[in-house]
Amino acid sequence: MAVSVDEAVSTVPARDRPRPTRRLGGRGRSLVEVALLTVLAVLMLFPVLWMIETSIKENRDVYAVPAEFFGFTVTMEHFKDVFVGPDGGRSALSVAFLNSAVVAGVSTLLATVLGVPAAWAYSRFAVKARKDQLFFILSTRFMPPVVVVIPIFLMYRQVGLIDSKLGLILIYTAFNVPFTIWMMKGFVDEVPAEYEDAAMLDGYTRLQAFRRFTLPLLVPGIAATAVFALIFSWNEFVFAIFLTSSDSVRTAPPAIAGLIGGTTTDWGLVAAASVVFALPVLVFAYLVRKHLVAGVTLGAVRR
Amino acid sequence: MGTVAAHGLCKSFGKVQALDGVTLDVPDGSFFVVLGPSGAGKTTTLRAIAGLEKLDAGSVHLDGRDATGDAPAARDLAMVFQNYALYPRHTAYENIASPLRARRRSSSEIAAAVERMSNLLHIDRLLQRRPAQLSGGEMQRVALARALVRSPRAFLMDEPLTNLDLKLRVEMRTELTRIHRSLGATFVYVTNDQVEALSMADQVAVLKEGTVQQVGTPTEVYERPANRWVAGFVGSPPISLLACRAEGDRLVGAQGWTLPRPRWSTAENGRELLLGLRAEDLSVEQRGNTSLSGELYGLEPLGDRTVVDVRVGTEMLKVKARPTVAGTPGERLHVTVDLDRAHLFDADTGLSLSRAGR
Repeated sequence: MAVSVDEAVSTVPARDRPRPTRRLGGRGRSLVEVALLTVLAVLMLFPVLWMIETSIKENRDVYAVPAEFFGFTVTMEHFKDVFVGPDGGRSALSVAFLNSAVVAGVSTLLATVLGVPAAWAYSRFAVKARKDQLFFILSTRFMPPVVVVIPIFLMYRQVGLIDSKLGLILIYTAFNVPFTIWMMKGFVDEVPAEYEDAAMLDGYTRLQAFRRFTLPLLVPGIAATAVFALIFSWNEFVFAIFLTSSDSVRTAPPAIAGLIGGTTTDWGLVAAASVVFALPVLVFAYLVRKHLVAGVTLGAVRR
Repeated sequence: MGTVAAHGLCKSFGKVQALDGVTLDVPDGSFFVVLGPSGAGKTTTLRAIAGLEKLDAGSVHLDGRDATGDAPAARDLAMVFQNYALYPRHTAYENIASPLRARRRSSSEIAAAVERMSNLLHIDRLLQRRPAQLSGGEMQRVALARALVRSPRAFLMDEPLTNLDLKLRVEMRTELTRIHRSLGATFVYVTNDQVEALSMADQVAVLKEGTVQQVGTPTEVYERPANRWVAGFVGSPPISLLACRAEGDRLVGAQGWTLPRPRWSTAENGRELLLGLRAEDLSVEQRGNTSLSGELYGLEPLGDRTVVDVRVGTEMLKVKARPTVAGTPGERLHVTVDLDRAHLFDADTGLSLSRAGR
């Protein structure tokens, strides 16, 4: 029997599974392991920790020498500054966050709406030169954004998409659709086509069969794929900084980068904005962590 | 009404020619079995009739009306899949109700139909379970109920018993025959199991490499195989084929034996032939005047009978014998042949030469 996506994705969280047998007679990890893991953890987490600390320090503590790890005065001023402008209205940063949310959300939605049916079609139908088509789709992702940004800049200037949210949405969608097709095709391949065959003989049309019987089985895969697309769009920097200029359009990554430089840099504000910027991705990744693992392994591994 | 006529079906997958001009005429109300080894194109034939496979050439007529390009839903057929294809997120009840829901029947009508089906197939206590909570035999019954819940033109069944264990398969065979009789509906049933074909079918079509080898009743296919391939495929143990030549009123074997030529044989002198002998038409126990001599090669005790392998020169005969038969390999023995029941095939074309005279 073919395994449905649901059955393949274990509902047991990773920490509940039996741990691998421990060495040294069950007395925990070896000293070397602990030492290496500690070094790794410090290296990986220190910047994050420092970012969080800086975001809640008062400005004079930020520059204190020697640096203060503990015992500084905690302040939420920087976080307030992220959202509230000096005149009491909305700050430029909060507009940037809103822009980021709109651009990332809409482009992810578009990529999913376009990519999932395409993946289904490539998985189910005898499309002519399917492998060549799929390779072509993949090849659009071969070049890093920085390589194509100049031609796209020139094209966008011609058609008037420069410095517009629509322009960013379109380019992010174009980047996410190939990814969505490839990742979703792996998920669709896992769902036996026989469910749709059976549904069509039951009296449903092909699209009804897809929507009623295959689509529900694809939800974990769609969630995983959409989160990846969302993270790409949310984090994207190169296109955003080249193709947008005004504060009303600019997304968060270039807006935060723009805080640095000039005569003085408000590091507290930079840190607070970075924390706010990192949070949605963390929350999303946490919510769908089960599906993320499944998405990475299930889509990629042929059984 | 429920006639299915498939004419000249052709379908290739890449370089593989799955169907090469398959023609089947299924009469109304018959139990029509498509028999063949794996890869013969049986499932593709069934899927083509169902409208799940786009044909390269050929036509499908249902009740005399051309349905070649119709969508599966428009054909009014029901199908049981080899792997059952039960919807994993739905309960058994919802699975069985699905064809009626697709046709927007009222929920009271659906409930009545599902209840009738679950009683017929003894699955009334399983209706709230999902496929993952059902055993293979139970899934098979649910899949059957989903097909039988409405009255389509014809039922298509793709090796529905293959995934069951032997005991259950025998039970379901009887049950399917009973259901067919009580419904009087048209069944097109695909299998690679000749026992299923011979025991259940009104008509058997034997398929090999995308071509129909023979269509006939089970008796015809067994007693008068159209060619050496059908003879070898249908029947267990398989038919024994000995190379020989017609000379006057005798058959002279390539291994040096001589037998009287069967009266019905019309092959001209000197023609290269294959003598086909079924295990039950051979005997090592009684002596007759038409016999072949060989040496005992091995014994296959099967409980109710023993198959004796006898080597004649370099060729092998399979002989059916009583379970008590004994012997040691290498021992010389005589095999009595019932020549009236023997088959002759042309050695080159493989076509039967026995049909006309019998």
